[in-house]
Amino acid sequence: MSEVKKIATRDSYGNALVELGKEFDNVVVLDADLAAATKTGTFKKEFPERHIDCGIAECNMMGIAAGLATTGKVPFASSFAMFAAGRAFEQVRNAIGYPKLNVKIGATHAGISVGEDGATHQCNEDIALMRTIPNMVIINPSDDVEAKAAVKAAYEHYGPVYLRFGRLAAPVINDTPDYKFEIGKGVTVRDGKDITIVATGLEVGFAVEAAEMLAKDGIDARVVNIHTIKPIDEDIIVKAAQETKKIFTVEEHSIIGGLGSAVCDVLCEKCPAPVYKIGVRDTFGESGPAVELLHKYELDAEGIYKQVKENM
Amino acid sequence: MNKLELQQHANQLRKHIVTSLHAAKCGHPGGSLSVADIMTYLYFEEMNVDPKDPKKADRDRLVLSKGHVAPALYAALAMKGYFPKEELLKLRKTGAMLQGHPDMKGTPGVDMSAGSLGQGISVAVGMALSAKLSNEDYRVYTILGDGEIQEGQVWEAAMFAGHRKLDNLVVIVDNNNLQIDGSIDEVCSPYPIGDKFKAFNFNVIEIDGHDFDAIEAAFKAAKETKGMPTAIVAKTTKGKGVSFMENQASWHGAAPNDEQYATAMADLEKVGEALCQK
Repeated sequence: MSEVKKIATRDSYGNALVELGKEFDNVVVLDADLAAATKTGTFKKEFPERHIDCGIAECNMMGIAAGLATTGKVPFASSFAMFAAGRAFEQVRNAIGYPKLNVKIGATHAGISVGEDGATHQCNEDIALMRTIPNMVIINPSDDVEAKAAVKAAYEHYGPVYLRFGRLAAPVINDTPDYKFEIGKGVTVRDGKDITIVATGLEVGFAVEAAEMLAKDGIDARVVNIHTIKPIDEDIIVKAAQETKKIFTVEEHSIIGGLGSAVCDVLCEKCPAPVYKIGVRDTFGESGPAVELLHKYELDAEGIYKQVKENM
Repeated sequence: MNKLELQQHANQLRKHIVTSLHAAKCGHPGGSLSVADIMTYLYFEEMNVDPKDPKKADRDRLVLSKGHVAPALYAALAMKGYFPKEELLKLRKTGAMLQGHPDMKGTPGVDMSAGSLGQGISVAVGMALSAKLSNEDYRVYTILGDGEIQEGQVWEAAMFAGHRKLDNLVVIVDNNNLQIDGSIDEVCSPYPIGDKFKAFNFNVIEIDGHDFDAIEAAFKAAKETKGMPTAIVAKTTKGKGVSFMENQASWHGAAPNDEQYATAMADLEKVGEALCQK
């Protein structure tokens, strides 16, 4: 493969915030002592007075974000997914979700691709947690282009939005002139008639690669990018179930409660069809370089290819 | 409003609390009654609010962090004219506007949904911070229970407020000394409360939370304090004004039956009559 540009979506987040900050005075960015890692440091440099470091206190940060939102500010509360969705779950539910406040949660370091920090910091449960909160929109962008578009769309959407970003540099796959981002609208990245791979976030790039490997074996795989896990694009999923023989979901997240579950929720009501869920199989992660972990947990292109072949 | 008028309003507010809880057949009278005088002062003297324009941008804000005492807030809002008093009788009923804990989406005058303890203070801090960021001069008030301050998030918020010198923020601790499982010093003592807030760089004022002269002096001093937030630690009596509820932890979360309701109202009538003689 030719050299592809790679950038971590957490970097896209930081860069998109700066653009947003230039355009809109009411954008305020909050962090909990992780500005260097969540990449909100770039915003801090540009707009120091609108960057609020809350210290290591994520629950309080979510409450402060809620308070800011009641007065018309648009806060982007940033932390690792583990702490934003995990530690502060109840604050997000009760102080942001229930009153439907206009707070954006920028959750970086999602999934096992956090790498060497290991299981305590690898959040494979955040999508599941956030999905249960009424009013919450969940976006898991696949690359730099999509991440930046998602930040803008999150600003334009009134209400709580959970944005999921990764630490690992992801290949840029959406830099086409006709790329358009719409909350809740899935994207058919590759057409195919035999099976459909429904992927989200970092896994979209791997899914495309896996589809190319499957093509060599004579399997024509469709690849659908679900960047918005809630509200999910039901039409594109039902269509895939009707037109192809089996659905494979791929996510860097537990197979319990994430994209796979969301797809099953749609299909069991609208169009019962066989689904195989590829993801973190009800286990904690571990330390190691991100690329090695993705391989070990069969979440790279090879792992997806292998699991599809085994479960056709 | 003079002191006598405030006392009369507080007495009326207590009647509404007892009446709404009797109608609801459940809820939290003890803390609602202990905070009634401070609630009265906030809505009838202190806060810049307008029932005709509940969302006006420059209004002062109240976050009822101890959201279970919503009946006190609802009574104040109804008496101010935010909504008809008849709503108080539908408290906690299916489909009613007045939820068991404050809901900002459904109730005019409620500045923040609250009730999960420890969270409201953070939201109040966010509101106060917002005013500082955009150079607005509204003030933000939040009422916490003394049991509530066992929640760690309260101290995260206090640390931030002190650090940011949010002098437009007033934290009121309703120190009635009782929580569900007993007295706060027996369950898990948060004392000394004032010293803790002092350590977080607050201006601390300790008062009798049923004495309107003290309440007035405290809020005036808070307004004059620059460069640090104020914490008013208000010593109060749980169940204040209803003889059989006073200082009883068991009246934290139970509604009066018909007979108890009659006694409670008679107690409050007596207080009202005494105030008329003044």
